[in-house]
Amino acid sequence: MTMVTVLSRRLLLSAAVILALLVILPSALDPYQTILLSYGLIFAIAALGFNLLLGYTGLLSFGHSAYFGMGAYAVAFIVKYLKITSMEVFLIGGILASAAVAALFGFLCVRYTRIFFGILTLALSQVLWSLAFKFFWVTGGTDGLRVPTPSLLGMQMAPGQDKMTFLAHRYYYYVLIIFLAGLAVMWVIVHSPFGKALQAIRDNETRAEFVGVQVRKYRFVAFLISGAYTGLAGALWVPLNGLTTPEILHWTFSGKIVFFTVLGGFQTFVGPIIGAVVYNYLETYAVGHTVYWQLVLGIVLVVLVLALPAGIVGTAKRLGLRLRRAA
Amino acid sequence: METLIIHLLNSLLYASVLFLIAGGLSLIYGVMRIVNLAHGNIYAVGAYTTAWAVGRIEGGAPTIALYAILPIGAVAAAALGAVLEPTLLRPLYKRPEEYQLLITFGLLLVLEDVMRFIWGAYPLSASALFEGMGSFSIGESIYPAYNLAVIIVGGMAAAALWAFVYRTKFGVILRATSQNMRMASALGVNVNQVYVQAFTLGCFMAGLGGAIIVPQQGAVLGMGVDALILAFVVVVIGGLGSLEGALLGALMVGVVREFGITFFPEIELAVLYLMAAIVLLIRPAGLLGRA
Repeated sequence: MTMVTVLSRRLLLSAAVILALLVILPSALDPYQTILLSYGLIFAIAALGFNLLLGYTGLLSFGHSAYFGMGAYAVAFIVKYLKITSMEVFLIGGILASAAVAALFGFLCVRYTRIFFGILTLALSQVLWSLAFKFFWVTGGTDGLRVPTPSLLGMQMAPGQDKMTFLAHRYYYYVLIIFLAGLAVMWVIVHSPFGKALQAIRDNETRAEFVGVQVRKYRFVAFLISGAYTGLAGALWVPLNGLTTPEILHWTFSGKIVFFTVLGGFQTFVGPIIGAVVYNYLETYAVGHTVYWQLVLGIVLVVLVLALPAGIVGTAKRLGLRLRRAA
Repeated sequence: METLIIHLLNSLLYASVLFLIAGGLSLIYGVMRIVNLAHGNIYAVGAYTTAWAVGRIEGGAPTIALYAILPIGAVAAAALGAVLEPTLLRPLYKRPEEYQLLITFGLLLVLEDVMRFIWGAYPLSASALFEGMGSFSIGESIYPAYNLAVIIVGGMAAAALWAFVYRTKFGVILRATSQNMRMASALGVNVNQVYVQAFTLGCFMAGLGGAIIVPQQGAVLGMGVDALILAFVVVVIGGLGSLEGALLGALMVGVVREFGITFFPEIELAVLYLMAAIVLLIRPAGLLGRA
């Protein structure tokens, strides 16, 4: 038996165990914990999308709050102006709106790489933030917009049902299924010829161009997919949070998306997912225990960059390899 | 006419402070190729330190002592820079620039809470300095004299910096390192030393910006993050790494902000960010930047 099949069998086994755990968890945990995990999974979708740009295409965006926020605000506008509360409509609206913004911003941004790409994405995302912040008669300003509990597949929350229970059970499974679908699609994307072309662009732009990859077009498509994923996450996030405020459009939220992707390890496929879930717990507990939670997160980030640049998953992989070699 | 003069003076006031912040950011980028996301917080440290020092001696000391203590914010910011560069940034120069952005983002989070820890969640003010200068009249309106002092300090800082970079030996070394770090190193320039000096100088400027504006605006948490974004707009318009560009950008942003707040308050910020985006698209290196 070759090393590869052993590894992939082990991988399949652990994936099956994790999946089983994710399915059973809501019956074992209290609702609060399940909701917390839902947040983690939603951020993981955003991280998957973000990492298509950072990990696979080599572009560091500091403006992904724009697409997350656009997804969330699209949902809020659907509620406010169309009076629709169907989750499926929310998702379609969120994806379309964020994809439209990503198409516009991406068209401008993919002409640049490295630091200019980062600053341009940041500046453009701040345009959206300032509009959400200032046009309070449309966006509610800093008060934000409320979003009621939606119907899932046409099924309303039973009258008298506790919102917590609804979010911790049905909504959790809804999020989980979309997360798994998003995961599968992203896996196919990065292992497709298109995904390989992106990695070629990341590793050597000139050579990629030489073998016939249309660099700018491929970057644009990657940007679009990345934005749509992040928008999907925003649309899923807003019913859970019940409210959308300009805060999620601010560039510091983009910083968080970068943070959890690097925390998990952006050179691996699963790294950003682990990073998003771990970051969510980290932030929640830090916020719950101290007013100086930014200090805690900042120190984690600094230590991470200085000592563990490969992130959680990258470091674990390296340790695993070393152990196997020693054995 | 009077209102126009007042608007122009206010524009210059914004521009002076913005130039000090953005000039520091640009200097650091020009020499070290690092975009310091924590730069706005360094400016806030300058503001807080001055407000704190003024608050400590206020009441007992003569007014002149209050003015004498004003630059302490700039000194504190410079000291902070001198410590941060060798400890946090130096290990990262050989790594991809993504990591440099990330570590300064971590630093931004840390500094934000360190300020909350030291100076508390409530705003600090040093308005005694602002009021101490009184005001003068423009036609029938009155205008605070302190604002004029800020503009003068900003102008003097720009002139001093120009002389420093273009008329001293240290300036030559700085520009040489900025143009070609390896060549400068081969010719015997101690690059590590130049880096720490450039970073310290950049932080000094940001701290000075904070120190001179705090009597007029006070120091609040979050001021650094807001200032950073405006400084970004300035350096993108003027050209990352160019001091002349920072001056031009600061003047443009100052004017647009002042008139924007008066005439189109809803889209004032959006217009600024769009200006930056448009300049990046037409001239990615900025109006006065090197390609």
